[in-house]
Amino acid sequence: MLVYILKRLGLALLVALAVSIIAFLLLRLSGDPAIAIAGEGAQEADIALIRTTYGFDRPLPVQYVDWLGKSLRGDFGDSIYFKVPAASLIFDKLQTTLLLGFLALAFALAISVPLGVLAAIYRNSWLDRLCLAIAVIGQALPNFFFALLLIMLFSITLRWLPVSGSGSWAHFVMPTIDLGYYAAPAFMRLIRAGMIEVLDADYIRTARAKGLPTSTVVFKHALRNAVVPVVALAAVQLGYLLGGSVVVETIFALDGLGYLAYQSITYKDFPVMQTIVLLLSVIYVVLTLASDIVNAWLDPRIRVA
Amino acid sequence: MTSATASSGTVAASLPAPPGLLRRIWRNKAVIVGFGLLLLILLMAIFAPWLAPHDPYHQDLTNRTVPPFWHDGGTWIHPLGTDPLGRDYLSRLLYGARISLLIGGAVAVISGFIGTTMGMLAGYFGGKTDMVVSFMITTRLSMPVILVALATVALLGGSLWVVIMVLGLLKWDRFAVVMRSATQQVRSLDYVAAAQAAGASTPRVLLGEVLPNVLPHLVVVVTLEAASAILLEAALSFLGLGVQPPLPSWGLMISEAKSYMFFSFWLIAIPGTLLALLIFSINLAGDGLRDLFSPEGRA
Amino acid sequence: MSETVLDVQGLSVDIATPRGTLHAVRDVSFQVRRGETLCIVGESGCGKSITSLAIMSLLPQTARRTARRLAFLDEDLASASGRRINALRGNRMAMIFQEPMTALNPAYTIGDQLMEPYLHHKKAGRADARERAIELLGKVGIASAAERLGQYPHQLSGGLRQRVMIAMALMCGPELLIADEPSTALDVTIQAQILRLLADLQQELGIAMVLITHDLGVVARIAHRVTVMYAGEVVEEGAAERLFGAPRHPYTRGLLSCIPIPGRTERGGQLGTIRGVVPSLIGEPFQGCGFRDRCDFAREACQRTVPLHESGDHRWRCVLDGLPT
Repeated sequence: MLVYILKRLGLALLVALAVSIIAFLLLRLSGDPAIAIAGEGAQEADIALIRTTYGFDRPLPVQYVDWLGKSLRGDFGDSIYFKVPAASLIFDKLQTTLLLGFLALAFALAISVPLGVLAAIYRNSWLDRLCLAIAVIGQALPNFFFALLLIMLFSITLRWLPVSGSGSWAHFVMPTIDLGYYAAPAFMRLIRAGMIEVLDADYIRTARAKGLPTSTVVFKHALRNAVVPVVALAAVQLGYLLGGSVVVETIFALDGLGYLAYQSITYKDFPVMQTIVLLLSVIYVVLTLASDIVNAWLDPRIRVA
Repeated sequence: MTSATASSGTVAASLPAPPGLLRRIWRNKAVIVGFGLLLLILLMAIFAPWLAPHDPYHQDLTNRTVPPFWHDGGTWIHPLGTDPLGRDYLSRLLYGARISLLIGGAVAVISGFIGTTMGMLAGYFGGKTDMVVSFMITTRLSMPVILVALATVALLGGSLWVVIMVLGLLKWDRFAVVMRSATQQVRSLDYVAAAQAAGASTPRVLLGEVLPNVLPHLVVVVTLEAASAILLEAALSFLGLGVQPPLPSWGLMISEAKSYMFFSFWLIAIPGTLLALLIFSINLAGDGLRDLFSPEGRA
Repeated sequence: MSETVLDVQGLSVDIATPRGTLHAVRDVSFQVRRGETLCIVGESGCGKSITSLAIMSLLPQTARRTARRLAFLDEDLASASGRRINALRGNRMAMIFQEPMTALNPAYTIGDQLMEPYLHHKKAGRADARERAIELLGKVGIASAAERLGQYPHQLSGGLRQRVMIAMALMCGPELLIADEPSTALDVTIQAQILRLLADLQQELGIAMVLITHDLGVVARIAHRVTVMYAGEVVEEGAAERLFGAPRHPYTRGLLSCIPIPGRTERGGQLGTIRGVVPSLIGEPFQGCGFRDRCDFAREACQRTVPLHESGDHRWRCVLDGLPT
């Protein structure tokens, strides 16, 4: 098991490095950052000044190594727009987004696990078809459109929830639903498929032959084995949720990393943009690594090899 | 169907279509409904110039936010009303279909080409090729797509073609993964070995033997990725970092209408529903296709 | 004569399939007494496994069971509620299955799965359950039992797993044990061990045992009574020695002639075969004797309902009143 972890860790580090290079190149190569920072109608002299100040005139590899070095020391430069160090700005907002991500994931699982289990137990019945229909419809609904619908219903018509901002827990309700609903169908299908396969297994028959109550058979014996791929997916989905928070947070003006990303992109705030992309990528890598490890741990055949 | 192998003297591998394919298609409701709806929207898009009552770009500031014909205040001149700049909504919706379908198709083609090539090469050759491709896939999967797409489009300037190129160059990962595993499965089959033994060159084997047999998987992924691309473009345009006005992208139309949402709900409801319907039909068709191609159908 | 533990009369099982109704088990009857081993023997597809699943109420959802009488001691299994069945299963009636490799849950330890039925049915404490588990593991011949408790199924060999299955079945002290081909999936040497173990346990604990198998060698080793099934029906039933010594049904005789017997079967001589194939049981209920197309003694009367003969506690279903020697 230890060997497994070490190998995965090595791979993760390589990937993180590769991503950092790409994140760096992407922003440098899609236009002259000096012009972007200077804005429309800037003078040639101003642009040249910006270029030397930020070091954009040096060769790319040099710029990269310099940037990487500084990043590893926690110096991510200063936000051009907000005039504060990028690092503090980002870590401030990170909490909000992480909270949103976890809430959305919990929401998705809270709907999908019961529905998936029910669909599997009563497979091919009307309940099963209903669950699948909900899944298909859920995946067809664009999240920004759904957000507007939620706002129409809960904020404008019912006046239960605030439209935007991030002051209280109430501000998190609609963003959680809006971010989480899209992930639910994938989980539901996975659980349903996993449960159907597991419920046919011999050891389920053994459990029934032992006279155990149905709830024990389903939850202790079946679900435990069906849940393994779900855990892997959950970790990966958390990554997508964090990325997808851009749209959701912007619509609801929730003051998190996604909203900051949107702002930094709109204002061409390079240091912040770069750092956010790098940070999210590293989070993805860590989550994938975690999911691999948890997967291996959940399967006793790998854990106690 | 596979002309490439004819001259190499091998028995052409045929698409694994089970007997009675037509009957199975007929009985598979998902495929029928999915493709049916899709066809409808496709026709809307193709015949937009003839179906649209007005020029979708023509602004008429004296006729702003006219409601659809079923509201009072509505009129048949503008059957689905007008938007905040007085442009006929029905016309914009019809032309908007073109944009969504174009995005879905183009991105699927570009990313499909990239991903399939990578996946097939990795699955066929294995070894170092596989290592490199797998590493590239893992790296790509570690990047937050929406963010990167947003940033790149913002820097290059938003336009239809920029969006297509950026999404096409980003969304090849699922193609690569699926094609890789499908190719690995097919590679060990007899007729591939037969073709190799007969001296067929690698491109010939790949195109003539492997590709026809991984085609079912490819088709399913194409539908999924097309749907996903359409959603992404809509989201990007909604945020103002995708297709630019005055183009009638449905996502952009929703964004333009959001401040009027309370009084003129149809302005966001209709394009939103159309988007959902389009995605729904593509996903349904994709699901149906997957069931058709698997031997026993769903569990 | 000891008490009848399991009383099966007129058991039938119909299974819905895409091609029609499969009459898998047709009017099967037998009894098992305390301290007695009944072997149900027959070829693949004769309905013997389905019979055992029917008794334990473990049939798939597509199956329908009917019986004139289906009783465990004084419990009427046919009309018992789901809760009552669950209370009996794993507790007073236990079953072990053919594939030890897949019959145990890979995600939980041996100990956990062993203690489960005991904790549930006897409402015992964990310490008691643990003690009982160790005791039973010892009884089935597993050394260093305490260590084994913490292991996972994948860490044990097939033979060991089957022993664990047996121990698990015996945890609550059942009065009836049904074993569906318990040794088939194991190596030949292990087979013998498992069978000996079952026979010893049965003697020691005095349980009624139903052992299902297609292997006549197994039957010879362990059975007190034998029920021969063919095409969903019981064709012959009786005490083991009598059945082996003087079979009354053509099928039984055919089966016995298929076994090579060291010393008796000539080297290079032909082994007996039974020509033909099993009839299809899907669709309309089958009339008459299912064996008639393969029987050397078939006659016109075999197309109609076949009479049941009895001679003491030996029963057989045939138009013949005994086979010519």
